[in-house]
Amino acid sequence: MATLTLPPAVKPWLRDHLLLGLTPREYVKSLANPWDLFAMAVFAIGIPLYIARFVFGLGAVTNLSQTTPWGLWIGFDMLCGVALAAGGFTLAAAVHVFGLERYHAVVKPAVLTGFLGYFFAVLGLLADLGQPWRVWYPLGVSWGTTSVMFEVGWCVALYTTVLFLEFSPALLSWLGLGKLGQRLAQLTVALTVLGVMLSTLHQSSLGSLFLLAPGRIHPLWYSPMIPVLFFVSAIAAGLSMVIVESSLSHRVFRDRLGRVHHDIDSLMLGLGRGAALVLFAYFFLKLQALVASHRLDLLATPLGAWYLVELLGFVALPCALFAFGVRRGSAFMVRAAAAITVVGVVVNRLNVSLVAFDYALPVRYVPSWMEIAVSIALVTALIQTFRFIVNRMAILEADSPHS
Amino acid sequence: MTFDRRKFLKMAGAAGAVAAAAPASAAGASASLDGPAVLVDTTLCVSCRACEAACAEQNQLPAPPDTPEGGFPARRDTSTTAFTVVNRGSDAASDGSERFAKQQCLHCLHPACASACPVRALEKTPEGPVVYHADLCMGCRYCMVACPFGVPKYEYEKAIPYVRKCTFCFERQARGQQPACTSVCPTGALKFGKRSDLLLEARRRVYAEGSRYVPHVYGERESGGTSWLYVSDVPFESLGLKAVGETSPTQLTETALNAVPLVMTLWPPLLMGLYAFAHQGRKSSEQEV
Repeated sequence: MATLTLPPAVKPWLRDHLLLGLTPREYVKSLANPWDLFAMAVFAIGIPLYIARFVFGLGAVTNLSQTTPWGLWIGFDMLCGVALAAGGFTLAAAVHVFGLERYHAVVKPAVLTGFLGYFFAVLGLLADLGQPWRVWYPLGVSWGTTSVMFEVGWCVALYTTVLFLEFSPALLSWLGLGKLGQRLAQLTVALTVLGVMLSTLHQSSLGSLFLLAPGRIHPLWYSPMIPVLFFVSAIAAGLSMVIVESSLSHRVFRDRLGRVHHDIDSLMLGLGRGAALVLFAYFFLKLQALVASHRLDLLATPLGAWYLVELLGFVALPCALFAFGVRRGSAFMVRAAAAITVVGVVVNRLNVSLVAFDYALPVRYVPSWMEIAVSIALVTALIQTFRFIVNRMAILEADSPHS
Repeated sequence: MTFDRRKFLKMAGAAGAVAAAAPASAAGASASLDGPAVLVDTTLCVSCRACEAACAEQNQLPAPPDTPEGGFPARRDTSTTAFTVVNRGSDAASDGSERFAKQQCLHCLHPACASACPVRALEKTPEGPVVYHADLCMGCRYCMVACPFGVPKYEYEKAIPYVRKCTFCFERQARGQQPACTSVCPTGALKFGKRSDLLLEARRRVYAEGSRYVPHVYGERESGGTSWLYVSDVPFESLGLKAVGETSPTQLTETALNAVPLVMTLWPPLLMGLYAFAHQGRKSSEQEV
């Protein structure tokens, strides 16, 4: 039997690249901080549940039923995950296509957030599918071209690949394959164009999924405009997510930033201006959909009140906050507005997929604690993966591509 | 010109590959609109539930429970182990007698489930029945979201689950037999035949001089038309037959899907135009390495 002996050059490489230059013992010790311990506790609960779902079936872990076929894993992990990952294509388009070079420093973290957002959304989808090992069937086995789901499947598969390719120069350079990474980086504009096209299609199509169920969705949330609403709100969500993520990164990874983010506040104000415009448009699109529903009378019901909370509290309010924040030069207000927008888009997606869906049923779906635990574990895994990558690869640092 | 031809071709090629890979077509070609059908005359049903027993036997499902004294206390729904159930209506007829309605897949003329299925596991056969190909299903349950009648049921309790629903006894029909349920109905409440014939028959009963029937044939236009047609002398809602509207759900997604090839064709040149516009007069930021 061959024993595992590593070539002499491998050990230091592993230490430098994986363990941040620490010895294994030091590295393990460094994990004994509140956040990493919290994450481990979350995984200790979430990962066994994720596995249990495959062993014992959906019924053992979820509260899904014959009347509620889609629950938290579609409503939150898939719909919210993909919407909040829209910052990847938005920022890539702004910088690489529209030539807004000023935002160059936030593109790479936005693309990484986007890639991880899609990756973990797909992991959530795999948990939700009855037979996840057939997830590739729409791509290769049987084409249901009349299905919106078919289109979403193709777009998500292709766009996740595009995001991986956009992220891969940093990965390759970390692996010591920088040359290859540079060749890939030449594809940036093409990949960005492809990414915008694919995102336009599936961000809107995630809304189109609900078009064929007019009788089952509350009239205040059902609208023929739902694809447009999903697309526009995804852009607002993506921009806001970039603001939130950059602000957090700015604090957490201060030591990796160097001089790059010294003008981060002015970048945040610029992104806030964009978000204000997008939310302004979104607010009036929502109003159009509301008027066209011819069901203003429903605003006087409890669900109507909840609709107004969404429209005023999570669209109009952050829109105004963004606008005032930009005018007054207050990065704090812009960050607050971004946080509200992120929550607001989550509220909207959960409203459409869970609250408004089969709203008249006597027994409503409430996710089981196990579904919630798996969702929390996936979000935590996303954050941990983001930290792992940012601490090792050139994501936040200013790159000098033309050196 | 900073925008070189090679880059243009690269982008165009990539976009074209996607366009070719994902053709979006309109809702599936309509199958025979005058296929097999069943006319359910709810005034004739006595709730003997022979149809339930025959269905269970045919599909190798557990035998349905006996009717308890005084009838079932609550409405029952179809399930993964019962493709059809007979329920008592909430309204009695004008003479005080009870009314019952059999419930099962209605086998729509333009089924939302089949149009929603990303892998064509649900199929509207040219013969008429809407059938399920278990070997294709990945379990996304979009059919359950799509069906306005709530027909497809899922085996949540199994580790390898499938969708279950009435198949209109596709195999029996292929052998020239009628479905198990209609073949055993002793009162004529279930009448199997050609849809156009049964529609005429239904209209004849409903619109006859002095008719007791509600002046409507449920299924004639519901959700774009169904293979199962119902006539009744009590409101259809009281029998659990939902008011679903006449629009076929397949039409509702057509506009959205028709936009797909447009976006795939127009976005790349539009974005490349914007790129050229944004970078005009600027030194190329992406020089050869």
